[in-house]
Amino acid sequence: MNNGGPTRINGGAEEDDDDDDMNADLDAWERTYTDERSWEALQEDESGLLRPIDNTALYHSQYRRRLRSLSSTATAARIQKGLIRYLYVVIDLSRAASEMDFRPSRIAVIAKHVEAFIREFFDQNPLSQVGLVTIKDGVAQCLTDLGGSPESHIKALMNKLECSGDSSLQNALDLVDGYLNQIPSYGHREVLILYSALTTCDPGDIMETIQKCKKSKIRCSVIGLAAEMFICKHLCQETGGTYSVALDESHFKELILEHAPPPPAIAEFAIANLISMGFPQRVAEGSISICSCHKEAKVGAGYTCPRCKARLCELPTECRICGLTLVSSPHLARSYHHLFPIAPFDEVPPTLLNDPIHKLQRNCFGCQQSLINPGNKPSLSVVCPKCKRYFCLDCDIYIHESLHNCPGLFSTLNPKWVNLASNNFALNPFDKAQSFIQHPIVQPECQSVFFKHDQQISPSDALFSQKVRKAWTVTLGKQFNYSESEESIERYNLGLTERFCRGNKKGLSDLCLLDFSDLLSFMPSRREAAKKKM
Amino acid sequence: MQVLAFLNAILTLNQLNQVVVIATGYNSCNYIFDSSTDLNRNFENGRMPVMSSSLLQKLEEFLIKDEQLSKGEPEGRIKSSLLSGSLSMALCYIQRVFRSGSLHPHPRILCLQGSPDGPEQYVAIMNAIFSAQRSMVPIDSCYIGTQNSAFLQQASYITGGVHHKPQNLDGLFQYLMTIFATDLHSRSFLHLPKPVGVDFRASCFCHKNTIDMGYICSVCLSIFCKQHKKCSTCGSVFGQSQSEAASASDKKRKTPET
Repeated sequence: MNNGGPTRINGGAEEDDDDDDMNADLDAWERTYTDERSWEALQEDESGLLRPIDNTALYHSQYRRRLRSLSSTATAARIQKGLIRYLYVVIDLSRAASEMDFRPSRIAVIAKHVEAFIREFFDQNPLSQVGLVTIKDGVAQCLTDLGGSPESHIKALMNKLECSGDSSLQNALDLVDGYLNQIPSYGHREVLILYSALTTCDPGDIMETIQKCKKSKIRCSVIGLAAEMFICKHLCQETGGTYSVALDESHFKELILEHAPPPPAIAEFAIANLISMGFPQRVAEGSISICSCHKEAKVGAGYTCPRCKARLCELPTECRICGLTLVSSPHLARSYHHLFPIAPFDEVPPTLLNDPIHKLQRNCFGCQQSLINPGNKPSLSVVCPKCKRYFCLDCDIYIHESLHNCPGLFSTLNPKWVNLASNNFALNPFDKAQSFIQHPIVQPECQSVFFKHDQQISPSDALFSQKVRKAWTVTLGKQFNYSESEESIERYNLGLTERFCRGNKKGLSDLCLLDFSDLLSFMPSRREAAKKKM
Repeated sequence: MQVLAFLNAILTLNQLNQVVVIATGYNSCNYIFDSSTDLNRNFENGRMPVMSSSLLQKLEEFLIKDEQLSKGEPEGRIKSSLLSGSLSMALCYIQRVFRSGSLHPHPRILCLQGSPDGPEQYVAIMNAIFSAQRSMVPIDSCYIGTQNSAFLQQASYITGGVHHKPQNLDGLFQYLMTIFATDLHSRSFLHLPKPVGVDFRASCFCHKNTIDMGYICSVCLSIFCKQHKKCSTCGSVFGQSQSEAASASDKKRKTPET
C-alpha cells in the first residue's frame, strides 16, 4: 500500500505507517526512528537500569482472551467438529502479490506461511486432505490435487511462485467447486483464499458462482493482504466462512493458522456417514517391493493395503489401486483431542500466593519453575479449575496449545475419575476398561449428564443408581460388551437415548438441564409405554 | 540400585547432562529428583551418596503418600500407573528447558514401567506422545513387567525412541547402559533393538475384534466392523447414499448440533 507520493525519498524503507506524510520532511534515517519509536520498548527497573519491557504478561493475556473466546463457543454448545476436511488453498499469484509492503514481498510471506500452515494442518487433521490452486493471469490453475502428504504440496508450491497478471475470484471458485463436488458427502468442503489483489477480473456473474458454492456447501474463507473488499466479505458471509485482512506479517501468520484446527461443523454441510477404512500393517523390515505411490522399488518399511495388498509408503493415504482410505489407529487418536478439549485455566490473583494456605504450591506443577519472582513478587499464574494445581503461564500455553492434557488431572487418580467424565475426558469407570484401549470415545455430553445425576442420587438410592448405570452402559454403546441382556434395560436405553437426543435437538447447551426427576419419572413408569411402542 | 547407578552414569557422562526423576504411582505422580537443584551440587561430601540418599528418601515419601491415597480405593480396579500424568509433567519440564534454551538441549524421556497399561488413559497418553513428537523428544521405554506394554511400544515407535523389554532383570543396569544411555547422535551408529513390529491395527467398538478394514463414523471417528444404521457412540444416523441422506437428514439427524 505504498502511496508513492512525490515527496518520498526512498520508496520502501521502514515506514508502513499512515503518518508518512507528516514525517516527509525528515531524513530517511530520522524517519526510521520516528516510526519505530524504539525507545518506547525500554523501561527503567528499580535500580534505574534500562531493560526491555516484559511483554510476556501482555502476550499471555491476549492468548488467554483468544482461548476463552474459543472455548466458550466450543464447550458451551459442544459443537460438532468437522474432523474430515477437504480443503483447497487458493493462492493469488497476480501482479498484486508481488507488492513489497510485506517483506520481502507478499508472495514470499504467503509461501512461508502456507508451508507452516500445511504442516500444522496435517498435524491437527490427520484424516483431511489439502489441494493447492493458484490464480495467475486471470486463470485459476490447480497446482496439486487433494492429497494427504504435506511434502508434495510444499514442493509443488515452492516451484511456482512467479506472479503476473490479474486475479479472478470467479475462475478460482468455479475450479474449486468442480473439484470439491466429487468428494464424498461426509467430508467438509472448505476453501481458503489468500487474496492479494484489490480487484477481480471475472468472465461472468460472480454472484451466481457464490450461490453455486453455497449450494454445494463449500465453506469459503478469505484472508486479504491488501484491504477489505465487499465481494470477499459477501462470499464469506454467504458460505459461512470467515473473512479477515492481515495487518502485518505476524497478523497474517495468526490468521492463517487459525484455519488449522477443525472448524465447528455445520449440520447441513456434511452428512454423517460410515467411511470404509483400512488399517494396513507394516511389512517386515528389509523386504523389497515396488510401492504403488512412487512406482519405485523400496527397501524396508512400508504398509500393505488390506484389500488389494498393494504396497504403500506412508499413512494416511488412499490406496492407489482400490481407493480404500488407509489410516492407522494413532491417526484417529490424534484427532480425539478436538473432541475432548481441556478446560481453560483460571487466573490466580497474585495475592493468593502469599496466603499461608497456598504456601504449598510455590512451584508450577508442570515444570517445577518457581512461581515467585526473584524479588519475592509473585508472578502471574493460573490454576486448573479441576485439579486445583497451579501452573506458570508458559506451561499454560504449552498445555493448551500442544499437550492437550492437564498434568495435574492425570497425576491424581481417585474417585475423581468420575468428575473427569464431566470434564469431557473419555472415561467410564464402570465398564471393563480394557475395551477402551483402541477406542476410548464416548460422546461427552451423554457422560456428563449421567455422572452428574448419578452423583445426586447415589447416596439415597443405590439400587436405582445401579440400574441407571447399567442402562447407561448399554446406551453408551455396544462397545463395552456389556453382558446384561435384560430386555428392560434395552428399553431404558432406548428411552434415555431418545430423551437425550431430544435435549440435543432443543439446542440445550448442557444436557444437565434435563432434571433427574424428569428421568426418574420417565424410566419406571414409561417402560411399559416404551414396550408398546416398540 | 541399578537405576541409581544408571542415573549416576548419565550424570557423569557429560557435565551438562541433567537428570530429572518423576515417580509415577497408582494414585499420584511427582518429581522426586532434579539434578539441577542446588541440593545436589554438594561436591565436598561426595556427590553420589548425597544424590542417592535424597532420591531414595523422596521415593520413600512418595510411596507412603501414594499408599495412603489408595486407601479409600474400591478393590478390583486394574492397577496401572499414571503414565499419562508423568509424561505430561516431563513434557512440561522439557518445555521449560527449551525455553531457558541456551545449551541446545537434546532432551529425551525414559519410561521405566512395570505395571500394565491403564486403558482409560489412552487419549491422554496419545496426546502426550504427539506433543513429544512435535517437539522432537524421543520417548525411550523399558518395560520390566510381565506383559508388554502397547502404550510404550507405540510411544517409542511414534517418537523415534527405543523400546525394550529386558529378558533378565538382574542385568537391568547393563540393559540401561547399553541401550538407553547413548545420546541421539551416537544411536545411529549402534545396533539397537529393532521394534518387533508395532500393531497399529484398530479394534472395532462393537465386538472388539482387531480388524484390517472397517467403517469409521465421520462425526466421532468410532470404529465398527460392519455397516450400521446409526452410530452407537454419538447417535448420528448414517445416510446410505448421498441423495437418500439429504432427503432424510433434516428429520433424522441426531447429531449434537446447534
